[in-house]
Order: sequence, then C-alpha cells, then structure tokens
Amino acid sequence: MKKKECIALILAGGQGSRLGSLTKNLAKPAVPFGGRYRIIDFTLSNCSNSDIDTVGVLTQYQPLVLNSYIGIGSPWNLDRNNGGVTLLPPYTDTEGRKWFRGTADAIYQNIFYVNQFDPDYVLVLSGDHIYKMDYSKMLAFHKKKGADATISVIEVSWDEASRFGIMNTERDGRIIEFEEKPKVPRSNLASMGIYIFNWKLLRDFLIEDSKNENSSHDFGKNIIPSMLKDGRRMFAYRFKGYWRDVGTIESFYEVNMDLISDSSELDIYDSNWKIYSENSTQPPHYAGPDASVKCSLINEGCVVFGEVENSILFQGVYVGKNVKIKNSLIMPGARIMDNATLDRVIVGEGSIVREGVKLIGGKEHKQTENYDVSDTGIIVIGENTVI
Amino acid sequence: MNEVLGIINDARYDYNLKEIGNYRSMASIPFGGRYRMIDFVLSNMINSGIQNVGILVQRNYRSIIGHLRSPKEWDLDRKRDGLFILPPGYDFGIPGALMGDLQVIHSNLDYIARCKQKEVIISGVNILCNINYSEALRFHMENRNDITVIYKDMGDDMRDLSMCTNLEVGDDGRILDMEVGPDESIGTAMSMNMYILSKKLLAKITQRCISRGKTDFVKNGIIENIGKLKIYGFKFDGYVAHVNSIQDYYRYSMELLNTDKWHEIFFKNGRIYTKAMDNGPAKYMKGSTVKNSLIANGCIIEGNVENSILFRKVKVHKGAQIKNSIVMQNCEIGEEAILENVILDKDSKITKGRHITGSDGFPIVIEKKTVI
Repeated sequence: MKKKECIALILAGGQGSRLGSLTKNLAKPAVPFGGRYRIIDFTLSNCSNSDIDTVGVLTQYQPLVLNSYIGIGSPWNLDRNNGGVTLLPPYTDTEGRKWFRGTADAIYQNIFYVNQFDPDYVLVLSGDHIYKMDYSKMLAFHKKKGADATISVIEVSWDEASRFGIMNTERDGRIIEFEEKPKVPRSNLASMGIYIFNWKLLRDFLIEDSKNENSSHDFGKNIIPSMLKDGRRMFAYRFKGYWRDVGTIESFYEVNMDLISDSSELDIYDSNWKIYSENSTQPPHYAGPDASVKCSLINEGCVVFGEVENSILFQGVYVGKNVKIKNSLIMPGARIMDNATLDRVIVGEGSIVREGVKLIGGKEHKQTENYDVSDTGIIVIGENTVI
Repeated sequence: MNEVLGIINDARYDYNLKEIGNYRSMASIPFGGRYRMIDFVLSNMINSGIQNVGILVQRNYRSIIGHLRSPKEWDLDRKRDGLFILPPGYDFGIPGALMGDLQVIHSNLDYIARCKQKEVIISGVNILCNINYSEALRFHMENRNDITVIYKDMGDDMRDLSMCTNLEVGDDGRILDMEVGPDESIGTAMSMNMYILSKKLLAKITQRCISRGKTDFVKNGIIENIGKLKIYGFKFDGYVAHVNSIQDYYRYSMELLNTDKWHEIFFKNGRIYTKAMDNGPAKYMKGSTVKNSLIANGCIIEGNVENSILFRKVKVHKGAQIKNSIVMQNCEIGEEAILENVILDKDSKITKGRHITGSDGFPIVIEKKTVI
C-alpha cells in the first residue's frame, strides 16, 4: 500500500439503543435520515469532500444493512485502488480474540489495517453525527500546533454543558483537563468525538491500554485522560457551525426537523459540499391535483394526494387522498392510506398506515405492540409494520 | 438474455426538436424530470438482462459520453461485455457531413463481429416505454423470423404519424409494407424502432447496402427486404410515448402527470436508471403551492407550480407562477414571474416579474442558458 498522510477511522459499531425500534435491525449509522440519506452519509461525505481517500469503517452491531450500503464506497467516491473504504468487522485470530470491547479496542484490533498505510496521522470519527466539516482544516491546525492529539470542540450553551464531555483549555487552545459530563462545568467547549492523533503515539497508547484489564477501552474515558496525564500536547480545535448528535429519538427527530426550516443551518443543497448517498433510482415525485405541501422535504418516487406539512417524506412514500400528515417523518416505501391522520409520528421503512387511522403524538400515549412512544410523545412505528 | 447484444441507435436524425434539439442528439434530450431519452431504452435493455450494449452516435455526442461516463450507474461496468460508445468512422465522404446510420454501423462492424452474442436488438431512442424484451425475443426465435419489428397499434390515436415509421401488418403478423414518414398512413401500426435480428444478418444487410451506396438502416436495410426476408411484427401492448417534434415532447411529458402512466413507465418491468447528481430532496418552503406536478430532487420551491414538470435543481422564488410548463435542470424563476405553456431549457433564468406565455398545446421553447 502507498503511504498516506492521514487516514480516517469511523466508529460505526454502536447499537444506538436509545433509538428504540429504529435500530432494531440495523446499526445507528445506517438509520435513514433527512429524506434521502443514512446518518453515516454525512461523515463519509465529509471525508470525501476533505480529500481523505482512505477510510476504515468499524462495524459490530447489526451490520448487514450498513455493510451492503457502504459496499465498495462508490457513492462517496471512495472506490479507490489505493485505500478507499474498508469495512472492519470484529474477527477472531489464533489467540481467539473477541468482540470489540470499546472504541479504543476496536482500533487496537485493527492496528494492522492502519499500519498498511504508514500514516502520520489518524482521524477518528463517529458514524452518528450530522454536520459538515472540512477535516483538512483541522489537520492543518493540528500540524501548525505541533500537537500530539487534537480534539474538535464546539461551544454549547452553559446549561447544556453538563451533558457533554467538556474540555478545559488554556488561552492558546491547549487542553489541560477533560471532564466527562461535569456537574459544575468550568468551560462550555464540548468534545465532538472527532480526534486527530499522531499515529505512532496513539498506537503506543492503544497497546498499553489493551493490557489494562480495568480499562473500558474507550477514547473519552481512557485514552484521552491517560494522554493528558502523560503531559502530551493536546489541543482543542474550535468548530463553528451546525453539529448534532442523533443519539435519542428526540434529537433524531429534532435534527430532521431542522432541515425543513426555511433558514436551515445545515445547507444540504450546497453544490460545493455535496452530501453523497446511494442513488434510489426513482422518478421525480408527483404532487396530485388536491395535494397541499408546506414546509416539507419530499424525496424521489413519492406520490402525494393529501396534505403534508412540516414533514419529511423519504423515497417512494405514498400519501393517499384526504391524508393529513404533520410534523412527521415517513421513511422509505411507507404507505399512508386515504383519510389517515398523522401528527408527530415516525413511520418506519415499508410500514403501512391503514385507511382512516388517526395517530397524534403526545405524552399521554402508551406504548403498544405496534409502536413506541418517546419521552416527549413522539410515536415511533418500526419497519414493515401495519397499523 | 445474455445471448443478445443491445445496440442503441442515436445516429439517425429524422426528428425536429427545434431549440432543445439544436445542441443535442436525441439520446441526450432531457425528459421526465431527471432523465435523458437514452435512459429509457438503456434501462429496458438492462432490466431485460442484456449485458452488452453498444451505442451508435454521430453528432453532438459529447453530452451523451458525459452522461454515460460511469457505466456503474447502469450496472454495465463489466469485465466482459458492458457499455460501448460506437462513434462514426471517417471512411465515408467528407468529415463532418451527416452519414446514414448504416455507415455508422459499418464503421463498427468489427465490434459487432467480436461480441459473443448471436442476436441483436437494435433500438432507436425516441420511443419511450417500459418493456421486457424477452417476450419479443422468444417470438423471434420460436417463429424463426429473420427480422422482428416491435410495434404499437396506435388505434384511433393517429393524430400525427407523419414522422413515424408506419407499418402494414398482415393477419398472421407478417409485415406487408412499411413507410418512414408516410404522407398517407397505411395502417394503425407504428414501428417502435426496435428490431431483432441475428448479428450475421445485420452484418450482411449492412455490407450489401453500403456496397450499393445505400445508407439508411430502415429504408434500405429493412423496407427493401420486405417480401424477401421473413419479417414479422411483435405487438407491444403497454404505454408508449413517441417524441419526434416539440408538440410530441410537450404532450408526452405532460402525460407523465397521469399517475398510471407515470407508474407504468418508471416501474413496470424495472426502474429507469440515470446519472446520479446527489441533490437533496425537493424542499417546499412557506407559501408554496404545488398541484398536479412532477418535482425532481434539489428543487427549492417558494412559489406556485401547477400542471408542470420541474427537473433537478430548479429554484422557484416567492410569488412566481409556473403553469403547464416544463422547466429543465438548474433554472431559476424569479419573484412574481409567470411562466405558462413554456419549455425552459436548462441553466436559464427568468428574472423578477417577467411574464412569458405560450398558447395551449404550442409551448414557447426557450434555449438553454437564456436570461430573460
């Protein structure tokens, strides 16, 4: 393999259990998002747009959909002869290794993959964040500071700060302390889970960490603190822009809704920074003679006869006559039959809402065998369900 | 179907699409909100299981090469077989002069000879449908035809066959007569410009015609052989759109607003593939109204759209009104502008407050990159 200056590793093995029935049969990064994407498209597109052409994707939980979706990486321009995208599942060897025990262990077990490219730097990313970021700028910052590690941070509001991993820094950005979910935060710079490491140094720390039986083999809990303790040059890189974690039903719903707004902070229509995705091979959508669509995103292949407001229809959704859909996400191929009413509902892929069914989200709803209800009252119908 | 070689014939010029056809060959005319004409026939071939497709081109073929740049999107990035562009050779006449399609075939006979497939389906690009060729192929083989012509019985819809190839079909299906652009029709059957024959016969016809100074595949290669060869018709019963003129183009585009037709042409025997552009879903803003229209991805709509087709990345600003119109890729319609019965070619811009109105069924055609 040719030497690469910097390669990316995307952690995509987590279950995302807080997404409930959305991740029953697929990993969180593969969950459909924003009308035509899957969550991991944003990270993969960022790599591609930042000229990073070598990307390892670490998978573990329910990888079938994710594996077949990523394939050889063509949609993201990552089908390369040298590098490109590589899926890195857990494996056994002569020593009988097991599952990835944590984020750091996942990379430790793939040291051989990284070594092939003899990179100076590795970029460690999560497969479940929605944002647009030019990693090459972060790498330039890392080099300029002569850092051992750089952690991308974003300013969050002070009252939210105790929900994040917080970086306490000196004026020049050097990190002096890292606190995971501090009760009384002393800074509002939250870690985005995006790291650049000097590879040789990280490798040493990973090997050391793997020997520690008490470690939970996690970047935030173990690797970063031990590097700090060791007095390494670690810097916070301030990212300004839209960045969201979509770990819960609420945040997943909110971030989708953010795309709808007339002045959305995340521009998915920018031809200089495209978000690449698999081509759904469907015709333009059809809005019928009595259709009414307001403040919504509609993807290819949809047929709309009813009313849609403040909602997102993914590819191939059918909306019958007199249907009223409000504040909802309708995943690929779902069919909403005549006279149905939906408000604050997430309808899973391939599900059918029968004629005349009325579902209005709200906290008073109880979970049934057909759907979950989130803490804030969003109804979530799993995939291939008939309601 | 891997015993069949697909040849798409974009080397004929018997149509008139005025402004939208000036810079393009028929194959690369945009159609249906996100496609080019060639996508339909090419997808039909792929969905029928054909894995080797050659495309005969002659003029203005840069855009078709650009469109087909990545055979991946058509699943034709094969090690054996796959997708081939067959350009004209300059062994005929003056470079740049228009050739007959047989001359282009003749220039590529070595490609055709080298293919391992024995049968050939040769198809034009101006007739759109969603067809599985295997039934026609079975008829061709079982009936031991020399040539099978796939046709559509237009019934009462004989409005304008003057630019089509008209057939007279006998009761047993044999082709009795055939005319290209007839002055008086000889029946209700229209050739869909799709012909099945063996590779051997195609080579023989081509060589015989060329050596006698004849250059037209249909007029010389087929019509002159009626009565000499066993030429039968295969009747196709599905929906067919045929585009020879601006009126046809407009009419059949608008017919896609019928969901049954939309569904048949885009889904019946398989999907229609095209080049991916990675646009976001269409975005409807506050105050938009859209009725009876096809909207492609990447559109951002603040205004009103009715009975129209918007291609990818069209921007419709506040208060703009688009009615009975076709707006191609990357156009922008300014605030309070009005478009009615217009075909607006790509990359054009209608500025604030402009009104452009054509008459019913006779749309105004505006060339690409126009700013009004």
